[in-house]
Amino acid sequence: METLRFEYLGGTPPAVQAPTLTGVVGSGNLEVLVEAAPGSGSCVIEITTAAVGFGHIWQAVIDDFHARHGLCDLRISVNDVGATPAVVSLRLDQAIETFLGDAA
Amino acid sequence: MNAHRHSYYEAGARERLHGLLDAGSFRELLGPAERMTSPHLPPLDAPVAFDDGVVVGRGRLAGRSVLAGAQEGGFNGGAVGEVHGAKLTGLLERALDERPAAVLLLVESGGVRLHEANAGLIAVSEVMRAVLAVRSAGIPVLVLDGGQFGCFGGMGIVARCCDAIVISEEGRLGLSGPEVIETTCGVEEFDSRDRALVWRTVGGKHRYLLGEADVLVADDIGAFREAAIRLLDTVPDLSLDALDAEHGRLAARLERFGTCRDALDIWSALGIGQPARLPLLDTDEFLTATADRRA
Repeated sequence: METLRFEYLGGTPPAVQAPTLTGVVGSGNLEVLVEAAPGSGSCVIEITTAAVGFGHIWQAVIDDFHARHGLCDLRISVNDVGATPAVVSLRLDQAIETFLGDAA
Repeated sequence: MNAHRHSYYEAGARERLHGLLDAGSFRELLGPAERMTSPHLPPLDAPVAFDDGVVVGRGRLAGRSVLAGAQEGGFNGGAVGEVHGAKLTGLLERALDERPAAVLLLVESGGVRLHEANAGLIAVSEVMRAVLAVRSAGIPVLVLDGGQFGCFGGMGIVARCCDAIVISEEGRLGLSGPEVIETTCGVEEFDSRDRALVWRTVGGKHRYLLGEADVLVADDIGAFREAAIRLLDTVPDLSLDALDAEHGRLAARLERFGTCRDALDIWSALGIGQPARLPLLDTDEFLTATADRRA
């Protein structure tokens, strides 16, 4: 297992919502827990992954994710079991959509 | 075919709970943000899930207060680890204080999580003890079984310790799963890759005909909901008379079907014409074809 942490400063704070969990910890899949972090001014993404040594690919996928949504005051936690970059991107988008819910 | 059918089989644990209970009524206890994860998986370098593969909480069913737990088959096949089992036990013990109309267990599990060995085994036994405590307090414990991984091992025993089981054709119920039987007894005894054999042996239709499952429903969350509502007034009976009657029923079943080699033989012995067609019938046709023929 490998743990990665990314932090992005600045962005738009969403309305505070209850935490949401999207996806499942199964082979080739991942779960994404999104929680509000009011006042933090940053978006922190912590990843625990079973696929060791892909940090640079995660960096690219998460950079893209942050560029798409530009949100701050969030804590995003991921448990991954070797999902492909495309699956990760889709799941992160789904997680944000679920978290924002009616506010989106 | 109901255009609004929402597959129970395809849904995840939270989706099932939200669809089953009154709209918007479900409140999760010890949710994923609490990060109550397995202490046993990290030392094995295995991934954890924030909810340890089970969702527990309270909600309303047809306006009545219920407690409900749903296992997530997508995480380790819904297998019961120490935390997973403790969440189910805690839910059941909470029923003794809150006295809901019923406790609903949306099972989907291969049984004990082997990574957690004795801790998982103990957790399952604690769930069983809690089920019996809730039932003896007069609160029914109802099982819903229609997920992708079925209900096997220790959870198969838990399910049969409860008051009633609602199952779909896609649901499966047993002790040893097909792969386990093949591994221990040989492919001549049971070919786990023979899907038709697997389904007619452990699948919902057969479990319903044998009387192990009480209600057979279509693969639809709404159908599971309606069945659960109808069972809310079940009165648990843990009396010695009831246990003796059940033992008698099982002994008679063994006497009657003990020499059968296949579920098809049992269906014939039940007096069902053209038994080979049963797996092909949809739920309504099946219930009509087998009316008054259950063991």
